[in-house]
Order: sequence, then C-alpha cells, then structure tokens
Amino acid sequence: MQAPPVATRIGEPNPVAMGFFFLFIATTLAITWWAARRTRTTEHFYAAGRTVSPGQNGVALAGDYMSAASFLGIAGLVSTTGFDGLIYSTGWLVGWPVVLFLVAEPLRNLGKYTFADVVASRLRQTPVRVAAALGTLVTVAFYLIAQMVGAGSLVRLMFGFSYETAIVIVGIAMIAYVLFGGMIATTWVQIVKAVLLLCGAAILAGLVLLRFHWSPAALFAAAAERYGDAVLAPGRLVSKPLDAVSLGIALMFGTAGLPHILMRFYTVPDATAARKSVFYATGLIGAFYLMTFVLGFGAMVLVGPAAIKAVEPGGNMAAPLLAEFLGGTPFLGFIAAVAFATILAVVAGLTLSGAAALSHDLWVHVVRKDHATATEQLRVARVATVGLGVLGVLLGITFKGQNVAFMVGLAFAIAASANFPALVLSIFWRRYTTAGAVTSMVTGTVGALVLIYLSPTVQVDILKHPSAWFSLRNPALVTMPLSFLLGAAVSLAGRRPKEAAGFDQLERRVHLGSRPT
Amino acid sequence: MTAQPPDPATELGFRALAYRQRRFALVLTLAMIVLYFGFILLIAYNKPLLARKLTPGLSLGILLGAAVIVCSWLLTWVYVRWANTHYDSELDRHRG
Repeated sequence: MQAPPVATRIGEPNPVAMGFFFLFIATTLAITWWAARRTRTTEHFYAAGRTVSPGQNGVALAGDYMSAASFLGIAGLVSTTGFDGLIYSTGWLVGWPVVLFLVAEPLRNLGKYTFADVVASRLRQTPVRVAAALGTLVTVAFYLIAQMVGAGSLVRLMFGFSYETAIVIVGIAMIAYVLFGGMIATTWVQIVKAVLLLCGAAILAGLVLLRFHWSPAALFAAAAERYGDAVLAPGRLVSKPLDAVSLGIALMFGTAGLPHILMRFYTVPDATAARKSVFYATGLIGAFYLMTFVLGFGAMVLVGPAAIKAVEPGGNMAAPLLAEFLGGTPFLGFIAAVAFATILAVVAGLTLSGAAALSHDLWVHVVRKDHATATEQLRVARVATVGLGVLGVLLGITFKGQNVAFMVGLAFAIAASANFPALVLSIFWRRYTTAGAVTSMVTGTVGALVLIYLSPTVQVDILKHPSAWFSLRNPALVTMPLSFLLGAAVSLAGRRPKEAAGFDQLERRVHLGSRPT
Repeated sequence: MTAQPPDPATELGFRALAYRQRRFALVLTLAMIVLYFGFILLIAYNKPLLARKLTPGLSLGILLGAAVIVCSWLLTWVYVRWANTHYDSELDRHRG
C-alpha cells in the first residue's frame, strides 16, 4: 500500500541547482560590493545607518528567522507524522507577538547596537556586558553549529559535492557579506533570501493545491484516506506534556532573546518603525508556516513517507522531493538552491550579531572602557567577523555527522533563559541591579548548558546511556523561571539606590526615545 | 542629552500613558500565552477532542493549529493599530 520509492535525482550534480545557486551568490556579492561603499562607520556596519524601512526590515526579520530547519525540517516532520509536525509550525511563530509587545520598541529606544546596550544602560557596564556577551556568544555558537552542519549535509545531498567544500563555501560567502557589507549587505541578503523562500514555498504549495481543487481540506482528506485518520490527530509527539511546555517556553520567549533578531531593530529609524516591522514579519512568517501545512501533507500524499525516509531517514528531503515530483529536476534545482541560500543568510545574520558582542560589548566597552576611536571600532568589528566566520567553519567541520538537531532548541533555551529575563527585567523593573542582571544571565546560560547535558537529549540520544538524570528534553521550563527568580532575589538582597534612581530617566527613554541633540 | 525637569501635569500625563501602554502590552502577552499553551495542553490532555473531524479532512486539531497562527498575527495587528493611532500621538504631545 506504500507508494514505491520514487526515482530521484537528489544527490546527483544538478545544473539547474548550480545555476540558481551561483546566481544567488553573484547577486548577493554584487549587493555586498554596493553596500561596502556605503559602510564607513560602525553605525553603518552594525545598524545599516538606521535607514532601513519598516517594510524592508519586516522582510529581513522574516529572512533572519526562517531557517532551512523550519523549511526542510517541518515539511519533513509533517510529511512523515502528519499533525504532530504542525505543532512545530505553530510553535515557531508564537514568539513574535512577544517580541512586539515586550522588547522591540524599548530596545530601539534604549540601545545602540546590541541588547547589552539596554541591560547596561543604567547598570554597571563591565559586568553586565561580559555576562551579556557570554549569553550572546553561546546562543550564536549553537545556532551557528546547527546551521553549518545542516548546510554541509544539505549540499552533499543536493549538489553532490563534499561536506567540507560546502562548509567552506558557506563560510567564505558569509564572511564576505558581513566583512565588507556589514548590516547593509546582511539586510539585503536577508530580503533576497526571504523573497526567494516565500515565493518557492508559495509556488510549491500552489502546485500541490492545484491538484486538490484549491482545497486544503481535500488534501488532508486524501492523506487520511491513504494513511489513516491518525495523521490528522495528535500522536506520540506530545506524550509528555511537560516536555511540550518546556519546548514551547523556549520557542515563545527565546525568539525575544535571539541576538541576531534583536539587532535588526537598530536598523530602522525609530520605535514606530520597529513596531511596524514586527507586524510585517509576523504576517510573512505566519503565512510561511501555514504553507508548511500544505507542503508537508502534499509530500505525504504525492511522494509518500516511505519514499521520503528512503532518501534521508530524518525526512528533511520531503520538500525537495515534492518539488521534483511536481516540477521535475529544474524545480528541484530551484528549491535546493533556495534552501541553501536560506542557510547562508541565517549564518550571515548570526555572525554579525556575534561580532557585535565581541567588538562593541567586549572590546569597546570592557577592554577599552569606551575610549576606542571610530576607526578602531570598525577595524575590531571586522577582525571579530573573520574570527567568528573561521570558527564557524571549524565548528561545522568538527561536528560533521553529529546529531546537532537539538542545538537549535538549546540556542532558543539559552536565549529564553539568559537574554530574555535580563532584557525584560532591566526595562520593566526599577529594583533590578547589576548583580541581579549578571545572576540572571549567568544562571540562564550555565543552567541551560548543564541541564541539556544531563537531559535525555544528550545522555540517551547521543551518549547512548540508558537513562538521564534530568528528564526534560529542553531545559527552558526550569532555567527561565530560575533566571527570573535568582535575578530578582539577588536584586532585592542588595539595594542599589543609585541604579534605581536611573530608572525614571530610563522609563522616559523607553517611551519617548533619546532626543536627537 | 539633558534631563529637563518636566512640569507636574505633563509628568502625570506621561506616567498614565506609560502605565496604559505597559498594561495593554502585558494583557496581549498573556493572551498569547493562554492561546498557545492552551493549544499545547489540549494536545497533551485531550487528544480525542482534537482528532474530531469537522468536515472530511479537517480535524479540529488542524483548524486550531492554523487558528493559533492567525490569532498571533491578529494580536500583533491589534497592538500596532492601537499604538499607531493612540500611543504615538500622545507621545508626540509629550515630546513637545
């Protein structure tokens, strides 16, 4: 009753994929060349001169956020499990309203380039910046490893050249974008990628629905007819409610703590523009995840779970296989190139935010105590970019063949447990102190790392131990409240009247922004 | 940037505006939390309900999943509309 495995050209060199891919590289490098001539100051390098429009930033935010993991991973999950995969589709979106309601506008009004600017604005610079850089760099590192390893495997599967070659190509391209074009180039790379990804997904979804009289329900019914009603109902994924809630917390609050997302709010002229850009981003990302419903079930009905798993056991090739089924090798080539462009854009955003933490937070504020000249700041930012890019390539090669799927969840857990509590408490709570902020950020980072190590994710899945000491697969349910509580307790234990006095001024700036003087 | 001492009436108005914005943002955040975790808890504790089919092919679970996405976007729309029309114009008054 299973469909016979489809004949696929996945894994063979595909001239169309190569063509589209090199077209993307050529276009983005041309953009970088154009952007490089406009990147003269740190304000350009980190924040695109604050001239990005709300619409552009909305698309770029969507580009930064929609990773290949969500495109390939969710389509694959839905195509092999049905409804259970859709739980992820919703989970990846629900963080965006939180970004809008709690952080986007205050961030734009209080900070300059990084979220540490906000936390440190009325607290002591050195300890806060060191702790914030720790949270940023650990988040970025895990996200980067997951993307790099994904890129390597994807390219090997789709283009037929080696894992290492793929990683080096990704590394060179992302360093080039960020090093020469800074935030201006990164923003436009995100925009190009987001448009490609949304169009690719829309064409794919359209071709699927065309076969079902434009009725998603008819598509779902066809899936149920072939694979049973169970594919339309919750299955085994949420067998442990606490696991699902913990992952939900990481996704919902982690989005508001992702350094590369937060950094985008500095590229628009003011808080109103920041607000509008989240609205556009939420619409685009929501539309994209709604399309994954159709892509996943489309792949299930038209390609079949058995054939999808035969090509790649994780199911990640569902969307490319669906493209090949619907549009032949050329369309497969297009979707493959889009998936690769997707990864490339995400890693560029990550590298830029990591470089900002290293140079703006650590070098300029901690090492040089804010005495670095403009030229020095820009030079250090570029050195940090190259350093991080090379590190990303090395990490990607080191983790070849490892199961790194959990690292994205971990990155979100750290963002939700270290960055988000410190950001929110520093904006909304008068009594928050330097010691409290440092406690929040260190607790969140270290707590998430330790608990993920002790969890079944690492102990059982990777180290093959029979059981794990800590039972949750994602630590956010424990580490986020812990970070809030310890940060609050430490703040209450040591009063800092001077720091509290700075809150009135901060509150005015949260709403009114800093006056141009 | 100097902190100019605002006159008491303006300061009071600003406090009230800041309070209203914060309360609205918080209420919407709570709505989002209830919406999403309500969905997750339904999946965890009432699988048969979500498995119920409304029309051939459309289970309640799929409909609610799509509804969570659409509602998230509607909530951002509600906030942005309020902020663009009310909050911004009042802020402009306080900017003087």
